[in-house]
Amino acid sequence: MGMQNQRRVYGETLEELGSRDERIVVLEADLRNSTMTALFQRAFPERHFEVGIAEANMAGIAAGLALTGKIPFVNSFATFAAGRAYDQIRQAICIGNLNVNIVGSSAGLSDFGDGATHQAVEDIAIMRAIPNMTVLAPADGNEVREMVGAMAAHDGPVYMRLNRNDVPDALPAENTFRMGTPVVIRDGKDLVVFAHGIMVSRAVQAANILAKEGVSVRVVNVSTLKPLDEAALLDLAQGFQGVLVTEEHSIVGGLTALAAYVLRGQGLPLESVAISDVFGQSAHSHEELLEHYGLTAARMVETARAMLRRGA
Amino acid sequence: MAITDQEIAELKEVARKNRIDTIDVTGWAGGAHIGGALSMMDILTILYWKYLKIDPSNPDWPERDRFVLSKGHGGVGHAVVLANKGYYDPAILRDFNKTGSAFGMHLDGNKVAGVDVSTGSMGHGLPMSVGLALGARCKGEDWLTYVMLGDGECDEGSCWEAAMAAAHYKTGNLIGFVDRNHMMIDGPTESVMSLEPFADKWRAFGWETREIDGHDYTQLATAIEFAQGYTDGPVMIVANTVKGKGVSYMENDPAWHYGGLSAELIRQAKSDLGEG
Ligand SMILES: Cc1ncc(C[n+]2csc(CCOP(=O)(O)OP(=O)(O)O)c2C)c(N)n1
Repeated sequence: MGMQNQRRVYGETLEELGSRDERIVVLEADLRNSTMTALFQRAFPERHFEVGIAEANMAGIAAGLALTGKIPFVNSFATFAAGRAYDQIRQAICIGNLNVNIVGSSAGLSDFGDGATHQAVEDIAIMRAIPNMTVLAPADGNEVREMVGAMAAHDGPVYMRLNRNDVPDALPAENTFRMGTPVVIRDGKDLVVFAHGIMVSRAVQAANILAKEGVSVRVVNVSTLKPLDEAALLDLAQGFQGVLVTEEHSIVGGLTALAAYVLRGQGLPLESVAISDVFGQSAHSHEELLEHYGLTAARMVETARAMLRRGA
Repeated sequence: MAITDQEIAELKEVARKNRIDTIDVTGWAGGAHIGGALSMMDILTILYWKYLKIDPSNPDWPERDRFVLSKGHGGVGHAVVLANKGYYDPAILRDFNKTGSAFGMHLDGNKVAGVDVSTGSMGHGLPMSVGLALGARCKGEDWLTYVMLGDGECDEGSCWEAAMAAAHYKTGNLIGFVDRNHMMIDGPTESVMSLEPFADKWRAFGWETREIDGHDYTQLATAIEFAQGYTDGPVMIVANTVKGKGVSYMENDPAWHYGGLSAELIRQAKSDLGEG
């Protein structure tokens, strides 16, 4: 299985999009070699606006550019893109339903070195809570490629979060993404796993382990967190003994909360492998943090076993 | 003379040791924000070894001066300063940035003795410092608040909102520094987002402002002593510095904003700093 870096795929796709569509403009806040908008800047310097370390201002400027018919892509680390600029995103972008794309780089715990201040464990929650906003979390590099195109084509505000580190391919190279639709990655019949981001490939690992124990697991990539086809999600859980939700995000306001809400009243056991409403911390590797916070295939396997035992 | 030649010689030696230790911790951590830690080191050294009213054996002493590292990514340098000042055993810094360690890249005031304010996201230190200064005044206490900003950090609007508030409330108990190393991540400040005329901006916002060489101990001492004696409002010391100061291959190279250090780079850095 190949590995790709979502940031790199994003930077390359943005550059390619820029060559096809004059309306694409890019805003950056002193992290261009990390967000990889440096690629776009090199190709189209006149359409790349460096605003300095001023994320709120960047979101406001993007709103103005959108009002002139441009298609802005706003860039920073997820915690600053979504958090620092929150009120500008809410008031200047979302109330006007403006066509601004916000890309939260180094999301989740993936900026492992920088610790709590730089790790976005709640970006999906705060972006999901704003009316008019679309929220996306790609599972791998291939999905990023398709999402960027879809974001540019979509009229209205979109937030996409990206992982900082190389991630394994979880999806085929093409036709991986349809906005709003959860997609079955691996089918099964006992337990259904809803996942987004890097947890999709980890869920597949867990499913492979459980298969050896005779437990058949369906893994669903829920890469659009809003607007979500709720009927489709309900459908995908029908006839299963339990639901496991997993995400590199707080249990507050992400897919865990979303699935619990959509599946309410169905009588289905539901468990979550996610971050339990705590801040992150510095570490020497992303993997170390994922272990520490229990975002592993092993934890999913344990959780699944416990759920099935209880159900039996 | 605010400071004697002997004091200057001693402080320079402390700063040299602080820089060498910062190199070591950066090596152990696998990487850190070394450029900006080195540029502010002379200012931190003169503050901690000469001017701050602190007691390392009693880090929570209510009457202590407060120091806010608004450019929180310089935590690797601040952690070394606090260790060498006696707040904790320097050996603990071998675990800097490891999972479970109290010492993350951006220091957490709830975990590290001597850290008054947790920082790391740019543009929060100055507003918090204005709050500290107003709090001290409300309580009738005479400790001072010192705050260190990055120059790139001053792109954040929140810095200027706080600048306005400090002048409005005439916080004579607040002393600011900008580590004016002229660099941020994407390059020189003046090409990323121009700050100049920078000192004039602080003046226009109502701050008594001094512009000095941030590696010159005589100028530092003069500016700090002026600020301590000035009670009519906030003072900003714009300290011109060199990013990566003291290490030849880092100086003025924005690529050394953050970096990891091989054994060879550590050897070279230490030799530049007069050791080994
Ligand atoms: C709100 C926010 N945006 C972005 C960052 C990422 N970041 C960390 S350091 C830095 C550059 C800081 O430049 P400067 O203030 O000049 O510091 P120095 O050169 O002294 O290291 C940036 C953009 C951050 N920490 N906080």
